[in-house]
Amino acid sequence: MSEAVSAGKYLIARHAGSALWLARYMERIENLARLLDVTKTFAGDAEGGRNWLSLLRINGDESAFFEKHSMPEAASVAHFYLLDADNPTSVQSSIRYAKDNARTLRALISTEMWLQINLFHSRIGELTAIDIVPEQISDVCEMLKEGVQAHTGITEGTFYRDQCWHFYMLGRHLERADQITRLVDTKFNAMLSPAATDAAIDAGQWNELLRAAAGYHAYRREYPHGYVPREVASFLLLHGGFPRSARLNLLQADWHLMQLRGRYQLRGCAQALERLDHLQTMLNSQTVDEILNRGLSPFLDWVQSEVAALHADIMTNLCGG
Amino acid sequence: MRRDGVLTDYDPGSLFCEMLRPGEASHHALSLLRAKLANLPVEALRRRAADAERDLLARGITFTVYSDATAIDRILPFDLIPRVITAEEWHTLETGVIQRVKALNLFLHDIYHDRKILADGVVPRELVLGNTAYAQMMVGFDPPHGTYVHVCGTDIIRDDAGRFMVLEDNARTPSGVAYVVENRHMTARVLSDVMAGLRVRGVDEYGLRLQRAMTEIAPAGVSDPQVVVLSPGIYNSAYFEHVFLAREMGVPLVEGRDLVVLDGSVWMRTTAGLAPVHTIYRRLNDDFLDPDVFRADSTLGVRGLMQAWHSGRVSLANAIGTGVADDKAVYAYMPRIIRYYLGEDAILPNVDTRICAERDGLAHTLAHLHELVVKPVAESGGYGLLIGPHATKAELEEFRRRLIADPANYISQPMIRLSVSPTLCDSGVHARHVDLRPFAVTGRDTWVLPGGLTRVALRPGSLVVNSSQGGGSKDTWVLA
Repeated sequence: MSEAVSAGKYLIARHAGSALWLARYMERIENLARLLDVTKTFAGDAEGGRNWLSLLRINGDESAFFEKHSMPEAASVAHFYLLDADNPTSVQSSIRYAKDNARTLRALISTEMWLQINLFHSRIGELTAIDIVPEQISDVCEMLKEGVQAHTGITEGTFYRDQCWHFYMLGRHLERADQITRLVDTKFNAMLSPAATDAAIDAGQWNELLRAAAGYHAYRREYPHGYVPREVASFLLLHGGFPRSARLNLLQADWHLMQLRGRYQLRGCAQALERLDHLQTMLNSQTVDEILNRGLSPFLDWVQSEVAALHADIMTNLCGG
Repeated sequence: MRRDGVLTDYDPGSLFCEMLRPGEASHHALSLLRAKLANLPVEALRRRAADAERDLLARGITFTVYSDATAIDRILPFDLIPRVITAEEWHTLETGVIQRVKALNLFLHDIYHDRKILADGVVPRELVLGNTAYAQMMVGFDPPHGTYVHVCGTDIIRDDAGRFMVLEDNARTPSGVAYVVENRHMTARVLSDVMAGLRVRGVDEYGLRLQRAMTEIAPAGVSDPQVVVLSPGIYNSAYFEHVFLAREMGVPLVEGRDLVVLDGSVWMRTTAGLAPVHTIYRRLNDDFLDPDVFRADSTLGVRGLMQAWHSGRVSLANAIGTGVADDKAVYAYMPRIIRYYLGEDAILPNVDTRICAERDGLAHTLAHLHELVVKPVAESGGYGLLIGPHATKAELEEFRRRLIADPANYISQPMIRLSVSPTLCDSGVHARHVDLRPFAVTGRDTWVLPGGLTRVALRPGSLVVNSSQGGGSKDTWVLA
């Protein structure tokens, strides 16, 4: 019991976990909406089926999906992710989990945050089959993105910067780091597979990938000459200015953990900080060429499992398990 | 075109109306309020009510009927037209509630110590010692400041002559205070023009007062006591209120699983490890507090909590075993209990209650059965209740037999024509019955939140103000 923390300034361990999860579920909704939107936009061609399949692959949902549907296409995938409340990775589930966590935190989050999550939850819950016909998918994705962005903005403007906020931010950064590695892994596997010749990897697919990650315009500015796979991978994973890159998000997670250890003297940060330190070293000390030469996929698998382990460290040592 | 004001077609008949107050000397603030309502068109009020409704819905303070299965926030429908209490009336209510809470605490201390009131024959021994709410572990136990009932909700009604009387004491974990504050926020937002110029007493102090009381009752020798609110969790129907209480006091809102008893003390699991807890404002019933002592199947409580509490390492609000004091049968003795401990008459009378266990009471009840409400004392709720004026001859005879067979199980009261307040209904503004639940907070001393929860029976003629049976709430304006 440290003297630096006065009575009344303690954070219940379970609440710290809820804050972390709240951020993760909200991030997942935006991420899924981005993926659905670009997949829909670029799935009009002969490769459509493969695109929908890769979306399922990113989320590790192939087997769950095929238990319910036979063909990965716009209608079935949209149903699976937008309407299916029994699917734990659907937006219906994510917003429900997010709301339960927000409800747990209601005494700690701002009234405005609660209000918006509540309305967003109703809005998502009101979606029906009519709303998700292929022509409407983009509108729904837009609504989902805007809902999460409103949440993110309200959080930025109203969430008191105490311990609870740091845990919330850890959740956001871990989720973003995880999502970008999944996206890169899946898309590069598809695009760099032996079947795909260089010519087949047209600008449209790079375009899609970058738009899904909200990085298209920034990438154009950074690399105006065109698409080079190693540059795209470097941008998405290692660029320090791209808000969804693995490097930036791990750096930010590191800052929040340092704050928790320094200002709040939480000894439980040690294991997570140590793991994060190693993870950052591995990311920062290699060029993208070195990573590609050694194999992108195994590297990304390792990053993903380390991010998951990081989450587990935080939950176990700080959030009561 | 004539535009009807809020009170244009309003007619409470012969009932006592909290707004119109026939026969009372003119009251400046009330006249001003009535004039403002007269100038407010009903349609404008309806728009504002819809606005308030939307706001409550968005805040998740309310649920809609169609989503009942998944909604876990409770609604107490809100009626915008306030219920008014004058300064003089409030003085009576406030001193009456303080007197009653004082008597309740003295009574509890007595029945768990010397039992003088039982020895003196004022309250039947069996009624107290044989009561299911009587807690053996409380015998000889001394809670800080002799306070057992830290938060008390006193249900008060008014008859057709405007007389206040107590219907019930709630000395366990009375709820509803969050609505008092939320209702005020709502009227301040959508009815600020009506409120302007009236000096209405504020309700924002509740959290501070409660926090202070919880600090006062902490175990002796703790300089900066840690207070927590203990809730059954997010699926509880009163969770909204638990959040409110924690937020207003600025203390953690915990569940049983967040607490642990180690080395005889209570700790909470925090990100920094275990941290000590000194006062628990629990919103769990006695039965769920500690699986070691009460219901072994309950996972809501904290194992070992009773032991820690009994050895004085942590304080609980309210104390265990307060249910004896708000028992229906004990209620009937409250005027005598007040006189016994305080040597005073009750400032707020009971509803004229006859105790059928007593010969005179039984005789009176049998003679007036068709005009009385007869209540069983063992059960709470409506089971086995007789409403004389509504009963058939056969029902009266059947009940008479039951009553004679077991008179000690019953009390009787006259039917009270509750006071009314103008209320916005689908077909206009009509008189609806209201009651009042002031909240009293007691640490070292007792403080009463100005006003309290006014519940209103939204169905025409209904006397039932419970939220589960079509009741709503109003903002309560205590005039300064």
